Amino acid sequence: MRDLFALVKRHRVAAVLLFLLVFPLLMPYHALAINILLFGLFAVGFNLLFGYTGLLSFGHAAFLGVGSYLTGIALVHGGWPWWLAMVAGVAAAGVAGLVIGFLAIRTRGIYFSMVTLALGQIVYYAFYKAERWTGGENGLRGIQVPEIHLGPWVLDFINPVTKYYVILAFVAVALWFVSRILASPFGAVIEAVRENDRRAAACGYDVARTKLLVFVLSALICGLAGALRALHLSIVPIDSLHYLLSGQAVMMCLLGGMGTFFGPFVGAAVFLTLEDVATVFTKHWMAIVGAVFMVFVLFFPSGMWGTLVKRLERVR
Amino acid sequence: MSSVATPIIEVEGVSMRFGKFVALNNVSTKFEAGRLSAIIGPNGAGKSTFFNVVSGAFPPSSGRLKFQGRDITGLAQHEFARIGIAKSFQITNVFKQLSAHENVRVAAQMRASRYQLLTPRAKMKTLTDRAHELLARVGLAHLADRTAADLAHGQQRALEVAMALAAEPVLLLMDEPTAGMSPEETKVMMDLIVELAAERSVILVEHKMKLVMGICERLLVLHHGEFLAEGTPDEIRANADVRRVYLGQG
Repeated sequence: MRDLFALVKRHRVAAVLLFLLVFPLLMPYHALAINILLFGLFAVGFNLLFGYTGLLSFGHAAFLGVGSYLTGIALVHGGWPWWLAMVAGVAAAGVAGLVIGFLAIRTRGIYFSMVTLALGQIVYYAFYKAERWTGGENGLRGIQVPEIHLGPWVLDFINPVTKYYVILAFVAVALWFVSRILASPFGAVIEAVRENDRRAAACGYDVARTKLLVFVLSALICGLAGALRALHLSIVPIDSLHYLLSGQAVMMCLLGGMGTFFGPFVGAAVFLTLEDVATVFTKHWMAIVGAVFMVFVLFFPSGMWGTLVKRLERVR
Repeated sequence: MSSVATPIIEVEGVSMRFGKFVALNNVSTKFEAGRLSAIIGPNGAGKSTFFNVVSGAFPPSSGRLKFQGRDITGLAQHEFARIGIAKSFQITNVFKQLSAHENVRVAAQMRASRYQLLTPRAKMKTLTDRAHELLARVGLAHLADRTAADLAHGQQRALEVAMALAAEPVLLLMDEPTAGMSPEETKVMMDLIVELAAERSVILVEHKMKLVMGICERLLVLHHGEFLAEGTPDEIRANADVRRVYLGQG
C-alpha cells in the first residue's frame, strides 16, 4: 500500500490521468464526469495560487468566466474555429489575471481577498451589461461545436464519452504543466513566498513579481477550464462569473486538501457528487454540502487527500 | 582586493523617523571590507533600525547608503540580496513548513534560477549539494530532512546563518545571532562567526557588549539614535561615555 502510494506520488500526473481515463465508467452519467473534470481543473488552477502561494482569492470565477465568454464570443460573433476560440479565451483569462493580479498583490491577507472579490464583481457586471456581446442575463447562446477535426479524423463532440476524452486531453496537458511548475525552481520560490515572504525577499526573490506570475499562471489554467466549459455546455451562463463559483473553488480546495496536487480534484469530485446526489432529495443541497464541508474544516483541516497523505507519511 | 580604498558599506547622514520619533539621527560611518565589526548599544538605541536600513528592509528617511562605492539607497529588499548583502534575523525567520535542507536550497537557488518554470529542480544537483555542505558547516547535517519548525531554537538560528550564507554574500549582517541561545550554543555560534569573517565582511548587531569584545576588530556604540563612540574593543572599554551609558543602564 505504501509502495503504491510512493509510486503515485512520484508519477502524480500519470496517476491522475490513469484514474481519469476509467473515471467515466464509474460515474452514473457522463455529464457529471465532465463537470468534475472541468471543476477539478478550475480548482487545480486556483490551488496554485491558494494552496501553493498562500494567496486566498475570492475572485477566481472571473477567470473561468472570461475564459468561457471569450471562447464563446469568438465562436458565435467571430465565427472562429474552435481551437482558435479557445486560445482567445485562455489568453483573455491571462490578461484578466495580469490586470487583477497587478492590482491585488499590492495588498495582503483579508485585503487581498476583498480586492479580488471586488474586481471579480466588476468583471461580472461588465459582462452582464454588455448584452449585445454576452447575452446579458440570458447568457451567451448559440455555441455550436458538433465535431472536432483532427487532421483526417473527425471526433463526434456531441457523444458524451468522446467529449469527455477530448476534454481530458486538454486537462492532461494542463496537469502536466502545473506539475512541472511545482517541481521547477520557480515552484520552490512560490512555496518560500507562502511560508515567509519577508524571508523570501531577503533571499533575493522579488516577491511581488513572483506573486504576479503565479496569479497569471493560475488565471490561465482557470481560463482553460472556462474555455472547455463553453464548448461543453454550448452556452455561457452569466453564473460563470458569479462569486459563488469563486467560493466553490475555495471549498473544493479545502475539502480535498489545499497545497496538494490531487486535493483539488478530490474536492471537486466530492463536492459535485454530493451536490448531484443531494439535489435528488432536496433543493437545499447546499445545507448538506455545507455540513460536510464544516466537518472537514473543523476535524480534518488538511482535507481528504491531505489527511490521507499525512497518515501514510506518518506510518513510514 | 584593495580593501582599504573602498569601504564595503558607507552610511552618510542617515536618519530614520517613524512619525515624530527619531530612531536614527543623522548617523555617518564607514565599514572597511574584510572586517568583523559590531554595532552595540543598550535596548532602544536604534540598533535594529540601523540594521534594517543597512540590510534594505526599508529605505532611510534621509541620507545615503553606499555599497562598494555604489549608491544603493532605495533599492528593494531582494536587490540587496542579489548585490551581495545577506542577513540573518534577530527573531528566527525561516520557511517553517519546509525541510532544513529545502530552506537552504531555496536560498542558494537565488543565484542560479528564479523564474524557470519547466526544468525539474531535482536535476539541479549543484544546489542540492551546496545546501548539504552549508548545513554541515553550521552543524545541521544530521537534521537535513527535518521540518524547520521542528528544529530546536538554537538549530533554527544556525539554519538562519546557513540560509544567509547560501546567498553567497560579500557582506553578512547578523542581528543578535545568539539571541535566546544557551551558553554552549553561543560559544559554537561565536566560533562560526569568527570563521565566516575570515572570508567576508561581517557586521553584527549585538546587545551584549561582552560577547563581541573578544572577537570584533571594530565596535560602534549606538545610543539614542546616534553614534556615541567607535574604535577598537580596548578603546571602547576605556571610553568614559560608553561606561556611563552601559553602567547607567545596568
